[in-house]
Amino acid sequence: MSAQQVLFYGFAAFAVISALGMVLNVRNTVAAALSLVVTMVALAGIYVLLEAHLVAAIQVMVYGGAIVVLFLFVVMLLNLRSDDFQPGRARLQKLAGALIGIALLAQIVRSSVDLPALPPVPPGFGGYRQLGIALYTDYVLLVEVASLLLTAAIVGALILAKRKID
Amino acid sequence: MIPLEHVILLSAVLFGIGIVGVVTRRNLIVVLMSIELMLNAVNLAFVGFNRMWPGAPGQNALDGQVFVLMVITVAAAEVAVGLGIVISMFRNRDSVDIEEVSLLKW
Repeated sequence: MSAQQVLFYGFAAFAVISALGMVLNVRNTVAAALSLVVTMVALAGIYVLLEAHLVAAIQVMVYGGAIVVLFLFVVMLLNLRSDDFQPGRARLQKLAGALIGIALLAQIVRSSVDLPALPPVPPGFGGYRQLGIALYTDYVLLVEVASLLLTAAIVGALILAKRKID
Repeated sequence: MIPLEHVILLSAVLFGIGIVGVVTRRNLIVVLMSIELMLNAVNLAFVGFNRMWPGAPGQNALDGQVFVLMVITVAAAEVAVGLGIVISMFRNRDSVDIEEVSLLKW
């Protein structure tokens, strides 16, 4: 087993365990958000192993930094010490969730056997230069639409979170 | 070399955990986090498949990674709007329990 594989399985174990910790932790919302950070950073490590270097850096910055901080900020703002919602009413939903998850997993396991080995990558693959060239030539319209979307999201979030709409 | 099957399997497992979180949890903030987890699982599949088909020699095909960047953008916008909704819901109902907002529920 090569070093890459050892790292991959290590990161994968981290990601799955912390994701389970996020979903199954019914006491503390802050702990769930911190588990989400561990998942995001482990996924960034896997992106590095898959030669997506710029995506890994952006993953750490945007997810590990900005998004989780936003979650923690809202938890702090609402002063949610613990979410003691009494369980029990949602047994059917839990069963449905487990069934959907297992069915999806079985489908993917069934349909993803016998893929060829990963090919060698061309030089510069996944670096900021190649990705920037792709973004600003072939996908320049997508970048513009993304900027429009972010502007709309900023305005929408402000209006939603404002105390009173005049 | 990392087998692509295992990357896709990890992606599926994370997506399944995210679905379970969305369906079973009642805290709206944790539901939003689970949606983030599902988006991340999709991103992992994109990066894995992009690694599988990196383009012909001499040219890079980075469509998967470009798409991942777009998904991250949409996720950031979604979190901003979603947390705005959480705040306004907390202001109106004094709770973030999704059972409290069942007006559109069948």
